[in-house]
Amino acid sequence: MWGANMLMTFADPFDALFNLQRALEGRLASDWLRDQTTSEGPYPPINVFQQGDDILAIIELPGIQKDSLQIQAKENTIRIAGKKSASYPDDVSVHRRERTFGEFDRTLSLPVGLDPDRIKAEYRDGILALHLPRLERDKPRTIRVS
Amino acid sequence: MTSTQELQVQKKRELENKQETTIPARMFVPVSDIYEAENELMVVLEMPGVEKSNVAVHVEDGVLNVEGRLDLTKYQGLQPLYTEYNIGHYSRSFRLSSKIDQNQIAAEMKDGTLSLRLPKIEEAKPRTIQIK
Repeated sequence: MWGANMLMTFADPFDALFNLQRALEGRLASDWLRDQTTSEGPYPPINVFQQGDDILAIIELPGIQKDSLQIQAKENTIRIAGKKSASYPDDVSVHRRERTFGEFDRTLSLPVGLDPDRIKAEYRDGILALHLPRLERDKPRTIRVS
Repeated sequence: MTSTQELQVQKKRELENKQETTIPARMFVPVSDIYEAENELMVVLEMPGVEKSNVAVHVEDGVLNVEGRLDLTKYQGLQPLYTEYNIGHYSRSFRLSSKIDQNQIAAEMKDGTLSLRLPKIEEAKPRTIQIK
């Protein structure tokens, strides 16, 4: 009886391990035991890429009004501020509410000098793409040996 | 109170699928809001980066399935310097409690959020009963 039970439960040890890992990760992902740690960045989340000499920042901002978005650039910092607001009718009953709404204000510092006049911002499909060209005098130069 | 509240980053939840996928891409569960009005059910899903043409919505056996595919070719040739979030396709299913008129489902994709309007069929709508 005990043996049969053992076989049932531990037929695949990896399955049990993965389930445990999933459960642990699930706990981390939930609000349980959470009180905003410093390891998690502020809103919105940013990915920074290098595109040739220039920098490309891709920011996930679904459902934002384009004109509520404020982008400022100064030297090597970029500030992204705005508001994400909900528009639902009042006379509905809520089944599930996972989306978050509110204000955000985030500053991003880059280790290279930026050319503020040539910065391009593009908002499409809930993604904000910032094309950040590097300053001409900041670019690496090849020095010929004479 | 809520309008001045600072927004916090929500960690993306990875999809725990029953089936295995044939493509080597990550799948995430889109964050969703569900509202019910008298005549319809509204489902709003956040799928940033998904184009309108890459969204598929199905209702089968009372299960609503939404899939959004990300155009990963846009990320080709980019060298990551610093990353805070992962990218991948989106997929989520809901078991619907009310009866839905499957031919009348309306979907709108705007700024990375998909809004679905699922009208209830006549029998499922609330009725007031007259007492004689």
